[in-house]
Amino acid sequence: MISVKNLVKKYADFKALDGLSFEVKENEIFGLLGPNGAGKTTLIHILATLLKPTEGGAIVNGFDVLHNANKVRQSIGVVFQAPSSDDILTGYENLKVHALLYGIPRKLREKRISEVLDLVGLEDRKNDQVKKYSGGMRRRLEIARGLLHHPKVFFLDEPTLGLDPKSRETMWKYIKKIVREEKVTIILTTHYMEEADMLCDRIGFITNGKIIALDSPSKLKQEIGGDVVKITFKDRIPLDKDFTKFDCVHKVERKEKSVIIYMEKVNSNLHMLIKDLDGVQNIEYNKPTLNDVFLKLSGDYLSGDSPEGGFMQRYAQYKKS
Amino acid sequence: MLSTKNLSSNIVLGQLYALWLREIKVFLRERSRLVASTFTPLLWLSVIGSGLGSTNLQIGTDYEKFIFPGIICMSVIFTSVFFGSYIIWDRKFDFLKSVMVAPSSRTTVFVGKTLGGMTTSLFQVAIVLVVGIALGINYDALSLLQILSIVLILSFCLTSLGLTFGSYIESLEGFQLIISFVVFPLFFLSGALFPIDNLPAWLKLITLIDPATYSVDALRNSILHLGTYSFEYDLAVLLLFTFIITIIGILSFRRMKAV
Repeated sequence: MISVKNLVKKYADFKALDGLSFEVKENEIFGLLGPNGAGKTTLIHILATLLKPTEGGAIVNGFDVLHNANKVRQSIGVVFQAPSSDDILTGYENLKVHALLYGIPRKLREKRISEVLDLVGLEDRKNDQVKKYSGGMRRRLEIARGLLHHPKVFFLDEPTLGLDPKSRETMWKYIKKIVREEKVTIILTTHYMEEADMLCDRIGFITNGKIIALDSPSKLKQEIGGDVVKITFKDRIPLDKDFTKFDCVHKVERKEKSVIIYMEKVNSNLHMLIKDLDGVQNIEYNKPTLNDVFLKLSGDYLSGDSPEGGFMQRYAQYKKS
Repeated sequence: MLSTKNLSSNIVLGQLYALWLREIKVFLRERSRLVASTFTPLLWLSVIGSGLGSTNLQIGTDYEKFIFPGIICMSVIFTSVFFGSYIIWDRKFDFLKSVMVAPSSRTTVFVGKTLGGMTTSLFQVAIVLVVGIALGINYDALSLLQILSIVLILSFCLTSLGLTFGSYIESLEGFQLIISFVVFPLFFLSGALFPIDNLPAWLKLITLIDPATYSVDALRNSILHLGTYSFEYDLAVLLLFTFIITIIGILSFRRMKAV
């Protein structure tokens, strides 16, 4: 459905996208994850024909984003990060304006508008001005708007950003419903790992404009190597202790005062590891989540640092705004 | 950026209607914009008109009547240039992006916006015209037709000018610059407040490159029969300005960054 080949986008000397290639299959929910400024939004803008790539190209629904922009635009729906509906117009009026922009024939227009309103549960609020909507309703209206013209591919750029947990769950419910009822392929960016885990069939991790991992959430979690144990010591790690000699241990990472051990079956094996161990302050045990995968891939695993971007990433954000 | 050749004219008309409809609904619902833009011309007519009018100027008619065509143009200038530059707002939130990912050409978006500008200018001018009756101004069918055409052409011209500036300026602070560098000179140099016949050469020269000058003169011709040039000459020069500015506007709009 989408095929991205060697995509490069440069801003002056900075590469926002650095040779991306990947494929998205029909009818899947594909998640794009990565730290701020990793290039997710730039990628969506290129796929949505708003930006031209510096090198490489992409095919969306069989059409080239560079040479057949109009066909691509007819094939896609986009929900942007920032609100894009007129809050002085009613929900219905916003949809009508967009139905006209997409040239939906008059006969189908009203029917389709009530269909999408119904799909996102806004039928009874359609005659209210959008400024009276909650953040979640506004997002849902924009989803409805993006679906008006039966797009094949639907881009959602952080659809639940700034929503409370309950609205977020409602949003997930609607996103799943859309895939089922509208038969669209969804590309979604998010910072919420549980969201990606719950919704996405496959996930691509982007850092510094490159895809560094691409797989289903469960495979990605497996790759982190079983369960994760973090042992923190009072003063320092005993130098003589070699955790790797145990069969159940896959991998060990040493930090200043703690070790992180990737291992199998913590419940039955942990006692072997910590026998004769002195000066232990604290032991943490976690089933790996996508969060762990994210932190590991973005290089700050369990170190407590935020995955927020460093200088170059902030620079990229600055250039964009 | 992209062409409209594979879109039927029906769809383009629908798109123009959509963009126009949006602008008009927003305009009619934003009361503060409506009130402010109606109040300003009335203030000028009453305060400047009566104030300067009491000083016995040699202009061949009452000063209130003399500046009346200028005040009509003033409401068109303010409304239209700002209307065009509201594109900066549209870019600030993602409305423009959502229009740009629809299969519509930028020229369509440009024209849709100017149609909106023309319509709102008409609203404003209608109010000023009613006030004119109170000043003792008589309209006939011909003068109303002439006013209508000049107002429509001038607002098309100046909405294009606003869109041109709006497509280059990214910040809302830049918006303020438009007032001081575009709107005020257009108004003050148009001869709206004083006759341009006896100006010093340098000032006269500047008034000649202001499209509003010819609109003021055309309206003065048709309402007061007091023009410097003939109505036909004014109309021709105004059309020429409009043509050039529209071309520049469409080109600027096409090269404008979408994100």
